[in-house]
Amino acid sequence: MAARLDVPRIRKDFPILARTVRDDRPLVYLDSAATSQKPTAVLDAERAFYETSNAAVHRGAHQLAEEATDAYEDARSAIAGFVGARSEDIVFTKNATEGLNLAAYAFSNGTDKSRQGHSIDPRFVVGPGDSIVVTEMEHHANLIPWQELCAKTGAELRWIGVDDDGRLRREDFGLIDATTKAVSVVHQSNILGTLNPVEEIMAQARSVGAVGIVDACQSIPHMSVDVVDLGADLVAWSGHKMLGPTGIGLLWGRTEILEAMPPFLTGGSMIETVFMESSTFAPPPQKFEAGVPMVAQAVGLGAAVRYLEDVGMASIADHEHELTGYALAQLSQLPGVRIIGPTDNVDRGSAISFVVDGLHPHDVGQVLDDRGVAVRVGHHCAWPTCRRFAVPATTRLSTYLYNDTTDIDAAVEGIVAAQEFFGVA
Amino acid sequence: MSSNVESLYQEIILDHYKHPRGSGALAGASGESHQVNPTCGDEVTVGVDLDESGHVHVGYEGQGCSISQASASVMSELVEGATLADMAKAERAFVELMHSKGNAEPDEEVLGDGVAFVGVAKYPARIKCALLPWMALQDARLKAGIEIDKAEG
Repeated sequence: MAARLDVPRIRKDFPILARTVRDDRPLVYLDSAATSQKPTAVLDAERAFYETSNAAVHRGAHQLAEEATDAYEDARSAIAGFVGARSEDIVFTKNATEGLNLAAYAFSNGTDKSRQGHSIDPRFVVGPGDSIVVTEMEHHANLIPWQELCAKTGAELRWIGVDDDGRLRREDFGLIDATTKAVSVVHQSNILGTLNPVEEIMAQARSVGAVGIVDACQSIPHMSVDVVDLGADLVAWSGHKMLGPTGIGLLWGRTEILEAMPPFLTGGSMIETVFMESSTFAPPPQKFEAGVPMVAQAVGLGAAVRYLEDVGMASIADHEHELTGYALAQLSQLPGVRIIGPTDNVDRGSAISFVVDGLHPHDVGQVLDDRGVAVRVGHHCAWPTCRRFAVPATTRLSTYLYNDTTDIDAAVEGIVAAQEFFGVA
Repeated sequence: MSSNVESLYQEIILDHYKHPRGSGALAGASGESHQVNPTCGDEVTVGVDLDESGHVHVGYEGQGCSISQASASVMSELVEGATLADMAKAERAFVELMHSKGNAEPDEEVLGDGVAFVGVAKYPARIKCALLPWMALQDARLKAGIEIDKAEG
């Protein structure tokens, strides 16, 4: 057991948590699966960068350009170290959605260029008869890029189903077969909270020669993840869910895969040589970082991972596991409340979706908001998952290192108040 | 509950939510529209028809939050059997009310129970819910070739 978190002390590092909302009610923030709040260390790092070292990176020979480049690359090293990777294998993207599109576009661009006679690694050439495998619990960001790839190439989209408990149907793992070119799976579901056996799925992808991709948006912020150990070829996640600024995401790739992949966005910074007729590309990660990048955000995210390391990811994971167990127990004993997703506190994260009999999630969320409790309502960009459970939407609470049981209690009291107000208790 | 949330969920709204008026599809609708609110999954289908005497008939089916479903019920009450001119007035007044930021004094003559939605306009995330059935009505009547501009005359 790692050291226990000192939540009151941690909360002091997050200025926004001291504010009030809706007529002076203290803010109870239970929406960290959507975006996390930011500690002062991150805000200070971004501000200090702009105040002292701001310049465009990887160009220009002046001192500020050098300092900015150092700050940008230092941040890359810090983030790489945080997930057990080499710096050169970390690509900065705008967000996780861009990282997943970068992966999907490697296949569609590869296929197009191959048709024009360019030499392309055959792993990135797809067509009719090939398949792409995802799951029924993907965020839209890890579904629609693959739907589009299939629409463009004639490949078949397959998905591993979800059982009534919110776990992947193991019997569907066989959908990954000799026809499969890519397997893209969420590590931890943003709507159900399920932690998926991605190592097993990635091993299966590898065994059939498919490129394996993991969406780690909800796992990396909350637990210690070694991206290399996942056994994937590519892992995408976002910065803003792990105390970092918005506008920055990460894509880790195995060195060999990044080298073989065609680029996504093209233009300045990602080139080696340029002629009017054609160009050659810089080695990774620059090959995937066209244009002036998000330097201040990278610096902020570097500060975020240092903050997380100081607190300790094992302590954060233990704390959230305990909090999740508490929340599951509290919600389970409320009449008329049904949890959508695993109800046992095993292989699951802290995002908990639920529905309240007779109440629409929007109305539940509104009453909670009136009491200062911020939760997410809706389909959580996982509309097919909602359909799977025959609900139009859910209410979701999600925690982080700055939450404790009093936050869960406030949410539970709010749910009861909503039931009373609408007369469904 | 705070006074704000009570002004959002006025009794009239809760009553329409629990006891929707005029719900059900309109048989033989000459125009129909299915609208969804992609941020939350609320949906409503509105069918509309204009009879020979120039009166509007409307039907709806949907699922969603109290605001969207109560709004559909109020819309049906206002529009069913109305003249084109009265439907046009109600539609304009309701859209205007939703853009009032909650500061309007709506005309009960025109909006009937729709006046209860004044508090909704203070909550930007809920305005879309309230407008959803009205957007469906607008689209359905355009598909049916019912133009309210001509009804102004």
